[in-house]
Amino acid sequence: MIISDNLNTYLIIAALLLVIGLYGMIQHRSLIGMLISSEFILNGAALNFMAFNTFTAPNPAVGQIYALFIMGLAAAEAAIAVSIIIVVYRRFRNEDPAIIQDMKY
Amino acid sequence: MILYRYIAEALFYAFMILTFMGAFMAVRSQLLMHAVIGLAVSLLGIAGLYFHLGSTFLAVMQVLIYVGAVCIMIAMGIMLGNTPSQLAEKNLKGRNLLLAIGSCAAVFLALFATLSRTGFAPAAERIGDMSIQFVGENLLLQYCLAFELISLILLTAIIGSIILARGGRDGAVK
Repeated sequence: MIISDNLNTYLIIAALLLVIGLYGMIQHRSLIGMLISSEFILNGAALNFMAFNTFTAPNPAVGQIYALFIMGLAAAEAAIAVSIIIVVYRRFRNEDPAIIQDMKY
Repeated sequence: MILYRYIAEALFYAFMILTFMGAFMAVRSQLLMHAVIGLAVSLLGIAGLYFHLGSTFLAVMQVLIYVGAVCIMIAMGIMLGNTPSQLAEKNLKGRNLLLAIGSCAAVFLALFATLSRTGFAPAAERIGDMSIQFVGENLLLQYCLAFELISLILLTAIIGSIILARGGRDGAVK
């Protein structure tokens, strides 16, 4: 059975990536683990854009440009998040979200 | 010709398995470094899916930006932060597993029900192709704003992360 040129296959994969990212967000107990899980959510969105770009869009460059935009956003988000986590770890000696959720001392 | 189709299909299944195995490794592993390796494996699988969708450019960019830059940056963040042995014993513990699985299943079922009832019609006419030349022309002419926004966001992120992480080990800003 050929499933690789069917739009619904890619949409289901993207939905599963979103769900896995959500699960990791809830389940992980460290900020870096939550950051890793958020990458899955962003990748699910980008895969969705690319699937619609290939199968339904009139201009096949738009989806690629948007997926590239998402990659740039994810890189910027990861840079900022990693530096925030380093600062938080320096100040609290801990990166458990349950301990640092007060955001001040 | 039909043999090539079957090889491509088998590769598609392989990339799909790679994506989900990596993702499960990333969300379920105790050590954070294993989670980063799982993230890298999963992103490689997604690069293969982009290849199947016809975009060589995005597949290469996925490997370059995500696997090459973002994963390395997160690994650096892990090494600069907590030590792995401290995190291993408390990571993935004490959270409500049933609630997490239930909420994720609810989200997935809602999405699945939506997309199984919707028919997506292909466009009446398509202009251009998936080539890197067409993407480049569109990116620099018609969708120039996206290009400029990416550069602006990356510049802001670089400056912001330098300012945030500037101080020494004791947190004092020199």
